[in-house]
Amino acid sequence: MTPQMYDRLWHAFLDTLTMVGVSAIVALLAGIPLAVFLVLSAPGGLIHAPRANRVLGAVINGFRATPFIVLLVALLPFTRLVTGTTIGVWAAIVPLSISATPFFARIAEVSLREVEHGLIEAAQAIGCRRWHIIRHVLLPEALPGLIGGFTITVVSMIGASAMAGAVGAGGLGDMAIRYGYQRFDTTVMLAVIVVLIATVCIVQFIGDTAVRRLRAR
Amino acid sequence: MSAALFDAADDVTRVVGVTSRSAEESAPSSAGRPAAVAAGSIRFQKVEKTYLSSAGPVRALTDITIDVPAGSVFGIIGRSGAGKSSLLRTVNRLERPTGGQVLVDGEDISAFNEDQLVALRRRVGMIFQHFNLLSAKTVFGNVALPLVVAGVPAQEVRTRVAEVLKLVGLEGKENTYPSRLSGGQKQRVGIARALVSRPEILLCDEATSALDPETTLSILSLLKDINRRLGLTIVLITHEMSVIREICDHVLVLEAGRIAETGRVWEVFGNPRHEATRALLKPLDRGLPDDLTERLTSLWNGEPATALVEFTYTGAGGLQPDLARLLAVLGDGTRIIQSNLDRIQSHVSGRLIVASPARADLQHLIANPELAHAARIIGYDAADV
Repeated sequence: MTPQMYDRLWHAFLDTLTMVGVSAIVALLAGIPLAVFLVLSAPGGLIHAPRANRVLGAVINGFRATPFIVLLVALLPFTRLVTGTTIGVWAAIVPLSISATPFFARIAEVSLREVEHGLIEAAQAIGCRRWHIIRHVLLPEALPGLIGGFTITVVSMIGASAMAGAVGAGGLGDMAIRYGYQRFDTTVMLAVIVVLIATVCIVQFIGDTAVRRLRAR
Repeated sequence: MSAALFDAADDVTRVVGVTSRSAEESAPSSAGRPAAVAAGSIRFQKVEKTYLSSAGPVRALTDITIDVPAGSVFGIIGRSGAGKSSLLRTVNRLERPTGGQVLVDGEDISAFNEDQLVALRRRVGMIFQHFNLLSAKTVFGNVALPLVVAGVPAQEVRTRVAEVLKLVGLEGKENTYPSRLSGGQKQRVGIARALVSRPEILLCDEATSALDPETTLSILSLLKDINRRLGLTIVLITHEMSVIREICDHVLVLEAGRIAETGRVWEVFGNPRHEATRALLKPLDRGLPDDLTERLTSLWNGEPATALVEFTYTGAGGLQPDLARLLAVLGDGTRIIQSNLDRIQSHVSGRLIVASPARADLQHLIANPELAHAARIIGYDAADV
């Protein structure tokens, strides 16, 4: 590999990091409130909103069912509205966030739902309001599960970001496709894959360590 | 409640139903509530609860009308599914009755809005069978939570948490996480969390059912101590009669969502009227050994034999097993074979079984109201028992 290739690899890595990093933060900030709402508005929950619960559930399922590459194209008008462009890293961040948010919301919902009902009851019994229950019971008690779920989301986003090349966003996945698939440059492709594997391993390691620390209490 | 409550002298003697709480009735904290009602009293009025399930409506509680006196330890017992938990949860409205009223300090809580409900729940503490402690918070964090969400200043939170942790005997455990505590310690944290808001009522939901017998006793004596020192009303539910016997003043037996019987503990224990009560009392009652029961004959053939006589005491009227009197009636050779007597709230109740030489007029002799509330000949044994 030429030094130029190393430079390209490094830039692709930074592109992936930006795309996944920004989208992951959006997914986290948007996914948790959605998951909290889904759990609280479920039948017998603290919020009585069965219709909103069903609508939100259907919308989330809709986004989850759409393949990312289709979403990427279908969202182009919206992407232009938000970022003013339909190409480049920022153009990929919009569909990536929109695809990751429902994914993470569902995973977070499962963790939140597993918080024992007795704890919520105990919190009510000591005079907690809904907000207190979310803040002091649901989120802290589900934290290990939320972190585990967030790790899964980030890893799957690294995979999805490979398709961002379709809007000229670049990144590691795009580089692997262009050099490995279109130019038969196996060396570059293998190098990219090594970097991807290392990235995924590091993300997974950080997530697992955090979960283990929390569970050890 | 004033802070002085926590320092209330240990030697406050408690007469059932009249407690140190009565001195608090005129305290400013009870302002705004009906003046004639003591702080910590609960009144259930025709309470009904029907759950809607997929199999149709299920009736959990029917026509429950009873008063829980302020400052008392009130036990609710019943088999599983009798509705104990539902009834207990109507007091802090974790459960909303579908009919009737629950009055706390004379106020009907069914009409409460969210703010009133939060205020009520700060006056009514609750502890649970499985403790329900937050695993992500330390002992301090758990106990402080009721104050933190109530907006109490941090400095006061620290003093009050330290105060209750001392009361429950958990000083120095502030920074421990619940997973590192034993069952008994966890329940103490639960009690501390319930008491830190200085409630006037403490609800105990099977608080000792997950604990071993020794820990159960220590938690019960802590509850008794709290009741005596802080004068708060304790309502507890259990399926173990021994818990009722240990600390309760009054008992309510629930059966299939209805009141089976109710009264002072000694009355119900000494003279259980309902089949459900008898069934629940069974574990406390040691019967005669089987080999002996099998040997007994119900009729006496006139040969020299031993008669087994059972005297029953209900605790009523201060009548107690008077040995001199028993001996005077039964004569020489009379021995105590088994005794199941218990002294509850200064009333002696239970059974006393004696062996005495068989005689023709025995039945007549023992039918004497001065000896016991009831007496019967269990049977005769040709051999010596």
